[in-house]
Amino acid sequence: MSRLGALLRREIVLAWGRGGGPLVSVGFYAGVATLLPLATGPEPARLAAIAPGAAWVALALASLLSLDRLFERDFEDGALDLLTLSPVPLELACAAKCLGQWIATGAPLALAAPLAAIGLGAKPDLAPLIFVCALLGGLAFAFTGGIGAALSLGARRGGLLTAVIVLPLFVAPVIFGGGALDSFANGLPWRPGFALLGAYAASAVALGPLAMAAACRNALS
Amino acid sequence: MITKLKLEDLAVRRGGRMLFEGLSLDLAAGEAAALVGRNGAGKTSLLRAIAGLVGLESGTIGFGGAEAAAARADHVHFVGHLDGLKTARTAREELDFWTLWLGGTEAAAREAAQALELVPLLDLEVRRLSAGQRRRLAMSRLLAAPRALWLLDEPMSPLDSTWRERFGAMMAAHLAGGGMIVAAVHDPLPIPARILEIGA
Repeated sequence: MSRLGALLRREIVLAWGRGGGPLVSVGFYAGVATLLPLATGPEPARLAAIAPGAAWVALALASLLSLDRLFERDFEDGALDLLTLSPVPLELACAAKCLGQWIATGAPLALAAPLAAIGLGAKPDLAPLIFVCALLGGLAFAFTGGIGAALSLGARRGGLLTAVIVLPLFVAPVIFGGGALDSFANGLPWRPGFALLGAYAASAVALGPLAMAAACRNALS
Repeated sequence: MITKLKLEDLAVRRGGRMLFEGLSLDLAAGEAAALVGRNGAGKTSLLRAIAGLVGLESGTIGFGGAEAAAARADHVHFVGHLDGLKTARTAREELDFWTLWLGGTEAAAREAAQALELVPLLDLEVRRLSAGQRRRLAMSRLLAAPRALWLLDEPMSPLDSTWRERFGAMMAAHLAGGGMIVAAVHDPLPIPARILEIGA
């Protein structure tokens, strides 16, 4: 098995090993989605109008939950030191860690997203698009979130700092993804928003690891 | 395989304080250096600087002509207080992962586990191991993935007297095979080593 494959597997196993971290994220997601109708009032017409957008924002928040331990754990126990002593560039190691985060946490959240949206009153024919958007958005959340997690290494209350750094980076995917869902629900062209979401995810995958590796090196030195 | 480590006029600054300046060391294959000095003198920082984890204020680190990044990627081991072991994983999973990551083979990992008498512990979670057992698990990487330069940060501290002796033999065998060792220590190393006093 290749080094990166082994690292990816280790990340996924560790994510699920920590008291079922991804399940906690899904639970948090369900909680936020349940709170919304309590705050906005339960009229079906109003809920159905905001359901896709609300499900989408809750997804962004739930993606934040497990980010703070993405690099912190390896930083504290010395694994990050050892990850640098390898022919594998640190950039690729960071990418493998984020990919593991996406598979372990992003995918279960993407599965929960259509359920939450339909529960809030979205039309069932939206479900496939919500799932694909959540999957793609999850990729963007994992790779931009990794930048925040790496930048806040070594800071006290790093988790909170991660959220503050990362939330502005989540603006674009929230706009594009929410816009695509809204357009689809109203019978308008949804492909441009979807394409922009994909472009944002692709650039996060390409550029995020460079920033993460630089931030990790800075934290180690 | 690198056969030389040359530190020239090294200075390292940490948190605004100069830890040491003008430090030089010339190590050839088969030689060891023991870093001594009081707590906080910069022994660990020097090891981390050689491993490329800490930046230099001035000076150069040479690996006998090999490019530094390539030398560190394939020929440097670093075993410190932080051992990179995940407490929730079994000793076997951790040994296998780090062996693969550092370029060793599965067969070598099995041999290393035998040499360090880790076999009965392999199915335990790392959190169940004692400090000495954990250190032995970390040290098994040294054998499982053969690399020329060992950077060791107080390698002996959690080990009992039997294992200190055995680890001494392990280090002697590494030097006899053309390896190099730089170790930060408080007690003398059980092998012939150049003494380098830090922050004197």
